[in-house]
Amino acid sequence: MTVKTKRLTRIKKKNLVPYAVVIAAYAAVEALGALGKTSSSLRGLLVPVCAYVVMALSLNLTVGILGELSLGHAGFMSVGAFTGVVAAVALEKAVPSAGIRLLLSMGVGTACAALAGLVVGIPVLRLNGDYLAIVTLAFGEIIKSIINNLYVGVDGGGLHVNLLGGADALNLSADGTTIINGPMGISDIPELSTFTAGFILILVTLFIILNLVDSRGGRAIMAQRDNRIAAESVGINVTKYKLMGFVLSAAIAGAAGTLFAMNFTTVVANKFDFNTSILILVFVVLGGLGNMTGSIVAAAALTVLPEVLRKFSTYRMLVYAVVLILVMLAENNPRFKLFFARLFHGKAAEGKEAAENG
Amino acid sequence: MSFLTYLIRGISLGSVYAIIALGYTMVYGIAKMLNFAHGDIIMVGAYVCFYAVSSFHLPPLVGVFAAIVACTALGIVIERLAYRPLRQAPSLAVLITAIGVSYFLQNAAQLLWSSNTKMFPSVTGNASIKLFGGQLTVPVVTIVTVISCMVIMVVLTWFTDKTKMGMAMRACSEDKDAARLMGINVDRTIAVTFAIGSALAAVAGVLLCSAYPTLVPTTGSMPGIKAFTAAVFGGIGSIPGALLGGILLGVIEIFSGAYVSTQLSNAIVFAVLIIVLLVKPDGLLGRRVTEKV
Repeated sequence: MTVKTKRLTRIKKKNLVPYAVVIAAYAAVEALGALGKTSSSLRGLLVPVCAYVVMALSLNLTVGILGELSLGHAGFMSVGAFTGVVAAVALEKAVPSAGIRLLLSMGVGTACAALAGLVVGIPVLRLNGDYLAIVTLAFGEIIKSIINNLYVGVDGGGLHVNLLGGADALNLSADGTTIINGPMGISDIPELSTFTAGFILILVTLFIILNLVDSRGGRAIMAQRDNRIAAESVGINVTKYKLMGFVLSAAIAGAAGTLFAMNFTTVVANKFDFNTSILILVFVVLGGLGNMTGSIVAAAALTVLPEVLRKFSTYRMLVYAVVLILVMLAENNPRFKLFFARLFHGKAAEGKEAAENG
Repeated sequence: MSFLTYLIRGISLGSVYAIIALGYTMVYGIAKMLNFAHGDIIMVGAYVCFYAVSSFHLPPLVGVFAAIVACTALGIVIERLAYRPLRQAPSLAVLITAIGVSYFLQNAAQLLWSSNTKMFPSVTGNASIKLFGGQLTVPVVTIVTVISCMVIMVVLTWFTDKTKMGMAMRACSEDKDAARLMGINVDRTIAVTFAIGSALAAVAGVLLCSAYPTLVPTTGSMPGIKAFTAAVFGGIGSIPGALLGGILLGVIEIFSGAYVSTQLSNAIVFAVLIIVLLVKPDGLLGRRVTEKV
């Protein structure tokens, strides 16, 4: 009995940390903003930071909890971004309130990304390991290519969609506007995203993921991650739970995409390429697999860091690369590990070991 | 005749992919790691050759040789500094390190050689051979590319099948611990594999830029990804698989660009990859590894 209660409190305490970190960061930024201490470049970063944090959480669900390497996560972000903005522009007249319109378009972005996740997930999840990784990469590139050649416009008669044909092939009536213009992407995006919206999205994402992890479904997902054959032999429907985790992860990425796109006036499909997928993967790995607080901190720090380093502009990406390699080497150096294990009296060492086994 | 022209162009591009994919596949087979920096070694090779030929006015063959030497050294250094300390680390850590190395090479190249586009002088000259009374033109670079690919393929197969080092490589790829017990120096074998892979990357870089002469610090990344796809397509870890995958990928890319849509050719290449992997999850020539409980 004592063991049981101890475990419950520990889980609860562990779950409170990421919420607290996010809320504290939000309060700090808002307070600084009220005092007029935030620079305009920092304010411009707030929404992208939120979007990347949500992306990191979403990818951590796939890589850390589900245990599958995805190299095409930016593809889902892209789907969410483009469908979300189309919805926002199309609903401009019907829904005047900015907040509700953002919510609705985020819903559309999420739903479309979830659908893309389902389409991608059904074939992808049949594969294992590195093969799965390359197929997610391939899907990411396919999504990018398709959106690069997609033309969408809206007029009184509703949405017009055309692949490859060019903006003229949309046959819009005189009052119509082109929304997605192939490789030129979307311009004149209504800038609906706000820092508060991003903050709420992070909290919702955290709530969904942390509660999934503690649920029956989450335990099934983690069981198949640790040992697929053992999970199957105790009657877990591996495919179903894998697909559930993957689609959820894609849906969250879609919401992040909508949030991200609506912060800029223009957005192009090439923004969400392989390098973006890798960038998010770096957040997840540096933050620690399965560690949500780590993902949040790593995503926020690594998005702000290159901006702070801007004065060393020529060397900043070189420094970034070197830091990345050194952190990886240090993290996996037995002597370093022992040092940190001693520093945190075994408790942290225990957690680290558990994270590694996962 | 246009069909034949496209076919030849596809085989030529595919041969370059195959040479890069051979490097990927050998490294993967032994070190079990996706070396994302491989594409950037191609770029370094192309730059070395470019400067040797255009700044130092060396003959093209010497330029190619310089590129091979530089890339081999680079490959060994990268393996020693970045990958060897991570031999026991989880595969994701190695992957991120490889990405770090890739960023490093791209940005170092940008600082050293600026991001301005360089026009790569073809090492084979711009001559071409006319066949069928001038109806079919085959550039010399195409012929050189295909022949180099075949020679590399034959030599590599001989190397892995017959030499002592090749045998050590096969042993390491099967079971590193058992290989070590048999007295094989695993670290040295892996270093040699990286050296060979990087030398191949240098050759591929020169050939790629001779056919498509724009050279920028990111030149290597897309061919790198494509070649990685080709390696998976043919069955990663298999040398004939890399050749088959590379050539098929090149042909599909050129054909879909010519007959369907240039903009969607990448999408079609990747879609074919996905379909192949769904039917044959280990690639065309990959070995099925049965899972033991």
